Amino acid sequence: MNYKYSKTRRTQLIDRLAYKVFYVIAILIVLILAALLIYILVTGLPHISWHFLTGKSKPFQAGGGIGIQLFNSFYLLILTMLISVPISLGAGIWLSEYAKKNRLTNLIRTTIEILSSLPSVVVGLFGFILFVLQFHLGFSLLSGALALTIFSLPLLTTNVENALQTVHFTQREAGLALGLSRIETVLKIVVPAALPNIVTGMILAAGRVFGEAAALIYTAGQSAPAINFSNWNIFDLSSFLSPFRPAETLAVHIWKVNSEGLIPDASSVSAGASAVLIIAVLLFNFIARYLSNRIYQHMTGVKS
Amino acid sequence: MDPIKESLLKTSRKAKQEKFGKLVTFLCILLIMVMVVAIILFVSLKGMATFVVNHVSPFDFFFGVNWNPSAKPPQVGALPMFLGSFIVTILAALIATPFAIGAATFMTEIAPRTGKKILQPVMELLVGIPSVVYGFVGLAVFVPITRHLFGGSGFGIFTATLVLFLMVLPTITSMTTDALNSVPRNYRESSLALGATQFQTIYKVVWRAATPGIMTAVVFGMSRAFGEALAVQMVIGNAALMPTSLTSPAATLTSILTMGIGNSVSGTLENNAIWSLALLLLLMSLVFNSLVRWIGKRSSLK
Amino acid sequence: MITDTETYIRDLNKEGNEIAISTDDLHVWYGSHEAIHGISLAFERFKISALIGASGSGKSTYLRSLNRMNDNIYGTKVLGKIYYRGLNINSDKIDVYEMRKHIGMVFQQPNPFAKSIYDNITFALKQHGEKNKEKLDEIVEKTLKQAALWDQVKDKLDTSALALSGGQAQRLCIARAIAMQPDILLMDEPASALDPVSTQAVEDTMVQLKDNYTIIIVTHNMQQAARISDYTAFFHQGDVYEYDQTKNIFLHPHIKLTDDYVSGHFG
Repeated sequence: MNYKYSKTRRTQLIDRLAYKVFYVIAILIVLILAALLIYILVTGLPHISWHFLTGKSKPFQAGGGIGIQLFNSFYLLILTMLISVPISLGAGIWLSEYAKKNRLTNLIRTTIEILSSLPSVVVGLFGFILFVLQFHLGFSLLSGALALTIFSLPLLTTNVENALQTVHFTQREAGLALGLSRIETVLKIVVPAALPNIVTGMILAAGRVFGEAAALIYTAGQSAPAINFSNWNIFDLSSFLSPFRPAETLAVHIWKVNSEGLIPDASSVSAGASAVLIIAVLLFNFIARYLSNRIYQHMTGVKS
Repeated sequence: MDPIKESLLKTSRKAKQEKFGKLVTFLCILLIMVMVVAIILFVSLKGMATFVVNHVSPFDFFFGVNWNPSAKPPQVGALPMFLGSFIVTILAALIATPFAIGAATFMTEIAPRTGKKILQPVMELLVGIPSVVYGFVGLAVFVPITRHLFGGSGFGIFTATLVLFLMVLPTITSMTTDALNSVPRNYRESSLALGATQFQTIYKVVWRAATPGIMTAVVFGMSRAFGEALAVQMVIGNAALMPTSLTSPAATLTSILTMGIGNSVSGTLENNAIWSLALLLLLMSLVFNSLVRWIGKRSSLK
Repeated sequence: MITDTETYIRDLNKEGNEIAISTDDLHVWYGSHEAIHGISLAFERFKISALIGASGSGKSTYLRSLNRMNDNIYGTKVLGKIYYRGLNINSDKIDVYEMRKHIGMVFQQPNPFAKSIYDNITFALKQHGEKNKEKLDEIVEKTLKQAALWDQVKDKLDTSALALSGGQAQRLCIARAIAMQPDILLMDEPASALDPVSTQAVEDTMVQLKDNYTIIIVTHNMQQAARISDYTAFFHQGDVYEYDQTKNIFLHPHIKLTDDYVSGHFG
């Protein structure tokens, strides 16, 4: 009797203790993130000024800006998405709509899993031999965009496939019963119905692409030559639009300043640049949620 | 003749469209497959050169403890980097797993509403933070703290582990959350109905049922940690020496790779040896991948 | 258990009536399971034919084979002949997309597209090449009137169809199907997800459509079959046991199994 009593008490005590432990862990994680964000913003925001955001970086002295790097990051992101969005749409559609349950499909799924788990530095090195050296594209935005395409394709493809799978099969039957082809049904009915999910996934993937550096060091390069914003000739290397010029991005810049340590204000430049990167990522998150809600409302006339 | 009948026997525009659409989407898939094959092929070819062209014995490469490919005679032992990668990966996973399981349990069992409202966005943000930012924070915060606490330079395995812990925590947590969520509800209800406390239910029923899922999550996290390049490279010190202490500079496969490719000339032994490191990294990524599949297969057999 | 295996199938082919569509020894396989064991039926033009039977009797599977919707289900094989306009349409030589323009379908669950009411009706027409705005407007109004939905939605044609009620959505789907001006309209339990009032509206719509369309409808609801159909086929375990004029099926069935089913003894 006595023994039983004490055992029950002990069990209850453990239960209450465990409960507290879970709370402590949860709070700790929130605190870690808060500390991380606050640290980056507090050390970074004071350095952010118009001059910092638009100015040229300086290789050896203090006081450089991140203007070109910031532009490069966005331009590279756009180029990457221009290449990878159509491919991932096609691949996602095939997987969701045409893939049969057979060996070939299994093989394809395995391949995509392998690609998604490849370290980005390996992707970068592959881009270096194939695009930079073999295709003679050199260190350029195009090489970088192609490497980032490889990096983002598994992410985007899986996202498209999952988004299409959430659309009910009766939508497809409706289209087919009206004499539409399967591809037509998918492109004009299923894809629009899945658009909120597709867009969310793409913007989140864009956030990852925006912050990626390892795949770019040996593809887009580590230098940011001056660019001319009034030169619209994309074949001229000095034009801001030229995809053939080397282009250090913001993320690569942070890495380079820190690992080379050639500028005296490396820590304040990287603090500022990190803050800009974080704000961009937050914005991507926010835009993804907002846009997907808006599209959903527009489509259904119902607020989610 | 009946025009409808006639139209049924012709190939319509829709049928052509369908063929074209199916072909184009398949080409997209094919492109991805070709890329993967090309990556494996190119990296293997480049990585094999050390053994085939430079006649380095694979034994010396895998088990050699000295890395100095530009010395005379060159030394290309990859063990220090391999061990470095391995140690930071294991340590980061060891620290992150309890946190991840705790956080996931909090989100699914203890306080699902608060969890969803606060912890989940926190995790999503942690995933979104670029790795160079983690590297920078590691450099600016963890390195000085380590230096202060343990002396030395502050660079090393310990600091790298801390950075990787932050980076893999959200990965492991979100996958563990999925694993816990997929445990059927009636498991919990039956256990509670039998008089078990909530914690007993959690660790005897829910965790046990979710073990394969949690293991998959941990392996995934390790795979990410093993392949992470820049954040680690920024804080580990990049000294290709056999790791002797947690707080002295060391190196990982990725950190030497990142530094080395740009600093060596194509075709030299030094360059080839670095490609061999890339091959090793690729192989490890395939190993982690197979491990995930193996766990998945075993758990579905039960 | 009823073991009576006698069947009574009225062969309309021999009666000189105009036949819209017919099957000859149609089999359907789902993998290694044979869901339909060789069914031969002929359906008269401009009539409503009902397919009745218990769940799993194969009536929906049969209906879906008629415009080859089963083609899209992985592992399904349809063997046998389906005659439409003197052609066997269960053949690779037939353009399935063109065929489905003439043999339309309305499904059990209302499945409007995530588009506006107007676009739901005009979407497929536009995809098939109809660009004339006035003609499209005209078709929208005509079909919505035929589906008894016009008065309820004429002021909100540009709002999302997903906001419609179940009954309204189903009638929109009917309007969408008849906008293609098919010969034959296949309806797979079109009223099973609807309330009695909407069901009434859908039934009224069908009776009106009979003048211009051949309708084949699968239904669980015996009263519905009795109310609206001219012919009824009774399905049981992948076979048709009796096919005749509806009044005969319900008042003077030839076989005991049919009698048991329509009088509610099983199913």
